Amino acid sequence: MDFMVFQYPMISVQACLDGILLGILFALIAYGMALQWGVMNIINIAQGDLVILGGYIAYFMYLYGIHPAWGVIVSPIIMFFVGIAIYKLVINKVVDRDLFISILATFGISILFMQLMNFAFGADVVLANSDYGTTMLFNSNVVLPNSKIFSAFISILFAICLVIYMKKSKLGRAIRATAQNARAAKILGVDTEKVYAATFGINAALCGVAGALISITFTIHPYMGLPYTIRSFMIVIVAGLGNLPGVAMSGMGLGVFEEFADYILGTEFRIGSVFLLLVLILVYRRFKLSRKREYLK
Amino acid sequence: MKISKLIISFISAAVILLSTSVVSFAKVVGDKIVLGAAISLTGKYSSNGVHTQNGYNMAVDRINSMGGVKVGGKTYKFDIIYYDDESNPKRAAQLAERLISQDGVEFMLGPYSSGLTKAIAPVTEKYGVPMVEANGASRSLFTKGYKYLFAVLAPANLYLDVAIDLAVEKNNGKGVTVAMAFEQDAFSQDVRLGVLDAIKRTGSKKVIDDKLPKELNDMAATLVKVKQMKPDVLVVSGHTKGALTAIRQISEMKVDVPMLAMTHCDAAKLSKQHGKNSQYALCASQWHKTLTYKDDFFKDGMTYDADFTKEFGYAPPYQAAESSAALLVFKDAFERANSFDQKKVRDALAATNMQTFYGNIKFAEGGQNVDKPMVLFQVMCDDGGKCENKVVAPTKWASAKLIHPIPSWSQR
Repeated sequence: MDFMVFQYPMISVQACLDGILLGILFALIAYGMALQWGVMNIINIAQGDLVILGGYIAYFMYLYGIHPAWGVIVSPIIMFFVGIAIYKLVINKVVDRDLFISILATFGISILFMQLMNFAFGADVVLANSDYGTTMLFNSNVVLPNSKIFSAFISILFAICLVIYMKKSKLGRAIRATAQNARAAKILGVDTEKVYAATFGINAALCGVAGALISITFTIHPYMGLPYTIRSFMIVIVAGLGNLPGVAMSGMGLGVFEEFADYILGTEFRIGSVFLLLVLILVYRRFKLSRKREYLK
Repeated sequence: MKISKLIISFISAAVILLSTSVVSFAKVVGDKIVLGAAISLTGKYSSNGVHTQNGYNMAVDRINSMGGVKVGGKTYKFDIIYYDDESNPKRAAQLAERLISQDGVEFMLGPYSSGLTKAIAPVTEKYGVPMVEANGASRSLFTKGYKYLFAVLAPANLYLDVAIDLAVEKNNGKGVTVAMAFEQDAFSQDVRLGVLDAIKRTGSKKVIDDKLPKELNDMAATLVKVKQMKPDVLVVSGHTKGALTAIRQISEMKVDVPMLAMTHCDAAKLSKQHGKNSQYALCASQWHKTLTYKDDFFKDGMTYDADFTKEFGYAPPYQAAESSAALLVFKDAFERANSFDQKKVRDALAATNMQTFYGNIKFAEGGQNVDKPMVLFQVMCDDGGKCENKVVAPTKWASAKLIHPIPSWSQR
């Protein structure tokens, strides 16, 4: 136990800001997961691998002398089509089936992607340098890498665009209708097959954006996808489906919680404390639900 | 009908089983000494696995073309059977079993990484097959009492204790404050133990002792603590990921620390990926091309570097150099044993005392090489942003003077 974080108030500020910036990025990935989970009832284990693939796209742009920030535009475009291809090849065969089957299928895709990326890009850890510099706050007691601020900003931008698109566009409304009741939507003339494909494509595109941002702020490696899947899974469980403000809040909350756990308990308990939190939340929810049921009786 | 099918399948299974177990190669076929190796050609260790294989192949070609191995008045050539262990310890152990019991290999070369060597060592030990390995440095490999395991490299606990000594030396022999960040894996934790020993020995003090998670890509929290505590030395070990993440975040967060020591800078191609931001980082290395060790086959480090680059198109990382050295050790042991008896070769290996371009080699009881110190190099960049690794410690091989303390970010 280390309470340095409370002795020096600036560390708390630093931890909060780091956590929020990190959380926003995670929330973007989680939002994609929530979207396709809600619409197609599929838990995508390959989510993190799509993120990493998006990161490699930005990395290769960087290698060829293009600034990796352009990756946030190029990567989602490519990833959208990758997503549609995955849908046409695999997902459309499991979309109406049991949840367990879809987990198995996406787990298979995840392994395949890991190995293919390893084969194609090699097993080295890579990153793309943005050279964005650093922002110093409070008499340089708090430092924020501009790359992290950039990531958070772009994540918010994409999230807002997506919300507007979902509200205003024809496809967006069709997606929401399908999420509410696929059969009814079908009867009313919505081409659910197309909606599913588009949803999976949009999710992959969001992963592409997040991946490009991760290659700028952190590092990427073919086998690093799973932690992103797990984190977004947790955020979605905490926030619930189809609840964007909830996803954003739980993403940021999780980020801040993680940072504080890191300072107080030590880095080795960072991931563990997140899982502990998940268990607590699930128990709490169940407790609340059971009380409600009794009341209804 | 069904029973006859069953009988047929039984018979065919038996035939297949027999044919594979009867047809086994001998250890020495004609004029060839067949060595076996399971190497990570795919999976997460594949880049270093390929370096290892290239190192082995380079040495095999060189030794064969320069007269081979002379045993009992006859000349033999080296040959290696490779299998891909897919970076998976279970697979590596299976393949070692297969190399020994099916392919009849009686001498083994090591795989890449401590984890995989740990998986293979019990198998080679069980069959009494001498194994010379070049890429497993974990201390736990050498405390199990293995009799047939020999490692040409220095054990993991020696990686960074040199850095602590250096910091104390710069502090006029007084103890220093040390911040540590180590990944939670066997290798990095061994490095940590070495640093802890050094801290105790020199009367220094540890102020931060963070264990980084395996899926590490953010160490901002540790670095904030470093900014607050202002230690004299920051030590980081977390494979390539750790090295890259540390440099990225230290430069972004403008963390000023007088000395920064790390492992795996070579493999991370630190200066290439981070350029000037990696300047002044101290890196532990098993080998550097400017060291002045010599042998008859590769001459010296510079020649090895040039020859390797010519053959494979990239400069050899130390993983390749140490792998080449493993073959030199085998050749030397065969010739001194003057026999292919496993027991005799094992005893000859244990008595090894030689110099190679890679360093002196002499094995301790546990099989680790005790005659080759680690070197520390410092990343140094010129004004044009071109960076180079220069050896700064131990002083005997230093090709440049250590820059200490590291200039603060505001002055760079």
